[in-house]
Amino acid sequence: MEYYELLISILGSTIRLSIPLIFTALAGLFSERAGIFDIGLEGKMLASAFAAACVASVSGSAWAGLGAGIVISVAFGLLHGFASITNRGNQIVSGVAINFLTAGLTIVLGQAWFGQGGRTPTLPAEARFASITLPGANAIHDVPFIGPLYANVISGNNILTYLAFLAVPISWWILYRTRFGLRLRAVGENPGAVDTAGISVEWLRYRSLIVAGILCGFSGTYLAIAQSAAFINNMSAGKGYIALAALIFAKWKPVPVMFTCLLFGFLDAFANFMQGKAVPGIGEVPVQIFQALPYILTCILLAGFIGVAKPPKAGGVPYTKER
Amino acid sequence: MSTASVPLPNWINYGLIPVLNLIIAFLISGLVVWFIGESPLDALNLLLQGALGSGEGIGFTLFYATSFIFTGLSVAVAIHAGLFNIGSEGQAYVGGLGCALVALTLDNYVPWYVTMPFAVIGSAIFGALWALIPAWLQAKRGSHVVITTIMFNFIASAMMNFILVHVLIVPGKMAPETRTFLAGGQLPKLDWLMGIFGSTIGAAPLNVSFLIALVMCFLVWVLVWRTKLGYEMRTLGLSPTAAVYAGIPYARTVIIAMLLSGGLAGMMALNPVMGASARLQVEFVLGAGFVGIAVSLMGRNHPAGIILAAILFGILYQGGDALSFDMPKITRDMIVVIQGLVILFAGALEYMFRPVMVRTYQKFARA
Repeated sequence: MEYYELLISILGSTIRLSIPLIFTALAGLFSERAGIFDIGLEGKMLASAFAAACVASVSGSAWAGLGAGIVISVAFGLLHGFASITNRGNQIVSGVAINFLTAGLTIVLGQAWFGQGGRTPTLPAEARFASITLPGANAIHDVPFIGPLYANVISGNNILTYLAFLAVPISWWILYRTRFGLRLRAVGENPGAVDTAGISVEWLRYRSLIVAGILCGFSGTYLAIAQSAAFINNMSAGKGYIALAALIFAKWKPVPVMFTCLLFGFLDAFANFMQGKAVPGIGEVPVQIFQALPYILTCILLAGFIGVAKPPKAGGVPYTKER
Repeated sequence: MSTASVPLPNWINYGLIPVLNLIIAFLISGLVVWFIGESPLDALNLLLQGALGSGEGIGFTLFYATSFIFTGLSVAVAIHAGLFNIGSEGQAYVGGLGCALVALTLDNYVPWYVTMPFAVIGSAIFGALWALIPAWLQAKRGSHVVITTIMFNFIASAMMNFILVHVLIVPGKMAPETRTFLAGGQLPKLDWLMGIFGSTIGAAPLNVSFLIALVMCFLVWVLVWRTKLGYEMRTLGLSPTAAVYAGIPYARTVIIAMLLSGGLAGMMALNPVMGASARLQVEFVLGAGFVGIAVSLMGRNHPAGIILAAILFGILYQGGDALSFDMPKITRDMIVVIQGLVILFAGALEYMFRPVMVRTYQKFARA
C-alpha cells in the first residue's frame, strides 16, 4: 500500500509537470504542420507567463491574466509570422531572436516595474487558478485503489489541466476533421498546391501561428499563475525545447503528443523523486540521466532507430509565389 | 512584382542594408530604455564610457569579444556548408572539459606555452566530438542538424553537471568546479598589448587566447575562400543538389564542416577556463554560443565581419555591466534584449528593407 501511495504522488506530479508541455507541444504541432518551424516556443511560453503574472497581480483576476498571456504570446507569434512569412526570413533565426527578446524583456521589465530582481509579487489565492475538487472525490477517497487515484490524480487539479486534456481531442478534430485542418496540413506538405487551389498560403500560415500563440499563452499562464504564484526569472527553463522534443518524438500527431508529454513529465517527476535515493543493486542514479533522457530519446528517434520521424515536407521553407 | 531577384550592388547588400538593420535594432533598444523611464542617450553614453573609457574597460571588452569570435566563427563555418549549428553552446561547454583535462594534467610540469598547444588541441577535439553525432545524424540519417544540436546542448549541460559534481569536484569542497590550475595551466594576460597604447589592463582578464582567436579568423578565411574543401563547403551551402551532381561527397563534407564548427566552438573555452578563472566551472559558457549566432549573422559569415561584430558585442557586454551599475533600473539583461533585436533585424528580417532599396536604386540607376 505504501508503494501505491508513492505511485499516486508521482502520477500526481507527472500530470502537473506535463500540462505546460502538452499545451506547448500542441502549439508547435499547429505551426509546424503548417510548415513553420517554431524554435520560439520557449520564448512565447516565457512571455505569456510574465504577462499573465503581471496582469493577474494588478487586476487580481486569474482570467485577466490568462487573457494577457494569450495576447502577448499571439503577438510574438505574429512577429514570427511577419519575419518568416511576410519577409521570408529564416524561421530558425526568427525563433532564436524571439527566445532572446523574451528572456531579456521579462527580466528588464519585471525589474523596472516590480523591483524584485525580475520576479513579480506573489499572487493572492484569488488571482490564481485554484484546484478543483471533482464531485464525489471526497466520498470515494477511502475506496482502495480507485479512491486515491481519483481523489489525488484525476481530481484536485486546476481548470487549465482539464483544458489541456480537452485540447488534445479538439486539436485532433481540427486538424483531421475540418476544412481548416486539411488545408493547414496541406500547406505544410505542398504549399504550391494550396496556392494553385486559390487559397492564401500566407493567411493560412498566419492563422496557424495565431492558434500556436493561443496555446502557448495557456502554457505560460499555467506556469505562472496555476502551478506557481508568481513569475520567476527564466521560469520556462527549457520546457519549450522539451515540448519541441516531445512534438518530434510524437511524430507531429496530436494524441501521441499527449502521451509523449506525459512520458517526459513522468521522467521529470521520477527524477525529482529519485534525487538522493539509492536504487537497490545499482546505487544512486544520477539525476542528470533523467534530465537528459528526453533529449537522448528524441535523438535516437531522429536517427531512425525507433521508427521514423518524418517532418512536414515544406517545413522551414518560406513560400515564394511564382515570379 | 517580386523584388527578390533584382541584383543590387555589393555596397548596398553588404554595407547599407546590414547597417540599416542594426540601426533599427538599436533604436528599438533605445525605446525600451525610454519606456523604463531612463534617457537612452545617457544610457548609451554610460555604456560606451564603461566599455571604451579606460584600459580596463577595453580589456574586458576584448576579453568578451575573444569568446564571441570563436563562437561566431563556429556558427559561420557551419553556415557556409548550409548547416545551422545551434549547438555551439554545448560544444564550447564540452570543449572546456578537454581544455581543463589538459591543464590539470600538465600544469604541474611544464610552463604555459607548452600547455597551450595541447589545450588548443584538447578543447578543439572535445568540441568537435560533441558535434560529431549531430553531424553524422544529419549526413547519414537525415535528421535535422538544428534539432539535434539543440538536444545536444541540453545533453551537454546534464553531462557536464554530472562530471563536475561527481568526478572533477575537489573533495571536501561544495562548489562543483575543478581545482585552480597552477601557472603552467593559465594563459597569461595581455598587459603589454594595452601597454603599447599607454594604458593599463587593470583587472581585465584579456589573455593570450585573444591572439589565438585572431589567428583562427585568418585560418578560417584561408579555409573557406582559398582551399578546395572550402569551395566544396560553400557549394554545398548554396545548393546541395548541385554539389552532389558535381561530385562533391555530401556526407563527408557535412561531417567535416560540423567537426570544424564544433572544434572552433570548443576552443572558446580557452578564454574563460584557462584565461580568466583558471578552473572549470558550471555553466561557464554563459550563452556565448548563442551570441555566436548573432555575431555570425551580423558579420555576414566573414571573419573580418565577425571580428567587428564580436567587438560590438564585447562593448555591449562590458558596457552593459557598467550601465547596470550606474543605472540600477536597467539590468544586465538589457544586453539580451539588444542581442535578440540584433538577431531579429540583422537575421530574420534581413530582407525587410530590400524592396524599398530596390525601388530607390532603380529610380537612381535609371536617372
